[in-house]
Amino acid sequence: MAQRVLACTGCHGPQGRAASDGYYPRIAGKPAGYLYNQLLSFRDGRRQYGLMSNLLAPLDDAYLRAIAEHFSQLELPYPAPQPATADVDSLTRGEALVMKGDAALHVPACVECHGAALMGVAPGVPALIGMPRDYLNAQLGAWRAGGRHAMPPDCMAEVAKKLAPADISALSQWLAAQTVPRGAKPAAALPAPLPLPCGGIPGSPR
Amino acid sequence: MKRGLVRATLALLAIGAVLIALVAWLNLRGEDPLTADAAAPASAELIARGEYLARAGNCMGCHTERGGAPYAGGRGVPTPFGTVFAPNLTPDPANGLGRWSAAEFWRALHNGRARDGRLLYPAFPYPNYTRITRADADAIFAYLRSLPAVAQPNRAHTLSFPFDQQAALAVWRALYFRPAQPETDASRSTEWNRGAYLVEGLGHCNACHASRNLLGATASPLDLAGGLIPVQNWYAPSLASKQEAGMADWDVAQIVELLKTGVTPDRAMVSVSGPMGEVVGGSTQHLSEADLRAMAVYLRALPQAAADPATTSASAVAEAASAARARAAANRGGAKLYDQHCAACHGDQGEGAAGAYPALADSRAVALDTPANLVHLVLEGGFAPVTSGNPRPYGMPPFATVLSNDEVAQLLSYLRSSWGNTATPVSALEVSRYRGAK
Repeated sequence: MAQRVLACTGCHGPQGRAASDGYYPRIAGKPAGYLYNQLLSFRDGRRQYGLMSNLLAPLDDAYLRAIAEHFSQLELPYPAPQPATADVDSLTRGEALVMKGDAALHVPACVECHGAALMGVAPGVPALIGMPRDYLNAQLGAWRAGGRHAMPPDCMAEVAKKLAPADISALSQWLAAQTVPRGAKPAAALPAPLPLPCGGIPGSPR
Repeated sequence: MKRGLVRATLALLAIGAVLIALVAWLNLRGEDPLTADAAAPASAELIARGEYLARAGNCMGCHTERGGAPYAGGRGVPTPFGTVFAPNLTPDPANGLGRWSAAEFWRALHNGRARDGRLLYPAFPYPNYTRITRADADAIFAYLRSLPAVAQPNRAHTLSFPFDQQAALAVWRALYFRPAQPETDASRSTEWNRGAYLVEGLGHCNACHASRNLLGATASPLDLAGGLIPVQNWYAPSLASKQEAGMADWDVAQIVELLKTGVTPDRAMVSVSGPMGEVVGGSTQHLSEADLRAMAVYLRALPQAAADPATTSASAVAEAASAARARAAANRGGAKLYDQHCAACHGDQGEGAAGAYPALADSRAVALDTPANLVHLVLEGGFAPVTSGNPRPYGMPPFATVLSNDEVAQLLSYLRSSWGNTATPVSALEVSRYRGAK
């Protein structure tokens, strides 16, 4: 399988482990359901990135599922975190949004869905740490601006639209600066029901 | 003086009227009267046959948007004159075929006219579909009528003036479109005739595999001498040339395998890509063995272009080979890029890997006159289509973000002059031209 998917690792790094300074996200070790949903979204036009969409156009659901499972099962070391360049106030705001959310904005804490360790929750919720800052910024920005979509109901779009650009930058700065503990994996199950309905996530409220 | 002017004006008006009448007549000839549909509902057998034929015509390829409801339309066909959007073919009465009759559907395929009488743009390949039988058209119609209705509105074409005018289209049709009947060549086998019907008609192979004139017309549905697909800039190679994609010296079984699975592992790993990948994935992989054999028999028997002695004589071949070797030896940059990015899969000598990575040595695809497809493949990468015979195809990564135009040009020039390839070098300018293509 690794030989068949060399098309992916050209950008996503050897075995899909990416690098901490680039734009292309790590795919190794992400929950299979999340990877599968993203592959479907690129192929079917919910996510827009020409190279990905063209590459996946000739592939069917079964093969995309197999590709997702292949990368989800890889256990590889994570790159070093990116030292934050933002000021203390911004990093404090970032950490607060991650851990507590913002009740006034009706924004839930990241940890409520992405797991207490922020390593994601199997099978559908991705990790938020171990990712390049530029990538995090670009994705949250795209959700906010309507350029990235998930399966409906699109909970991340709802959350991102409540965030100011400064909040997105604060989140990306803080998240990209966190170290991924050795052997960290997605949590097996959500600690509590999701705070809002999310498409493509088994057990999500409707 | 005054009388002369009046006479000249009258004469011009008369000529104009005759021309308009001629264009109108040329647009309406060969049309059957619209008859009422049979009252009996379509049988399951007819619907299944229609589904198969719709696959053979790859109707879905254009009439389904990326990720959209099947046959609900919306995909744009880019042309040099603007974009033509494929309409909704589901039975929705407001947007689809809900109010159409079988006779009107037949007129659309056979004569290129819509239900309301409007002339249709030939991006809808009715110059090919005009060869379909009425029985096959009725089966496809019965199948489309059996689909769930989807209320998806049609998108208006975005064509520039004067191409957005029905009058311009009428003139185009007067010049280039003739309704046809399926013909049987009694001197050929039944299999060959079936192949001709599929290739020239439903399969509309020459919508891509033929060159188009300034007004976007191909010479004839029988022309399969290769052409650059407008706007997309993929080159559909000639099926009638040994130097391109002619298959006169292939076995029927190999052609069938390529159309069925998208790859031929036993033949230095030939693999379809780009628009032909869509055709195999969406259409030919679903065809019966008998129909694929018929197409193969027809394609093998296509008259092959005569070899040009200026390039194929023994001395010309030896000279080209020695010049290519010299170019490859001088192209250190290209050799280095090849070793760094390509050799791990395609081999040190471009030998490829059977069943996985295509060979680049002695390759017709590498040596095509136009490097358009190579530029697409290097910049965008790609997978062969998923088919039942090749459910997990191997893929090539895109290099658009890794290699500059100059590097792509060096690399391709190296491939095109190495391991038996003797094709012309590629310039960075050419790469840049294709990089912009959709």
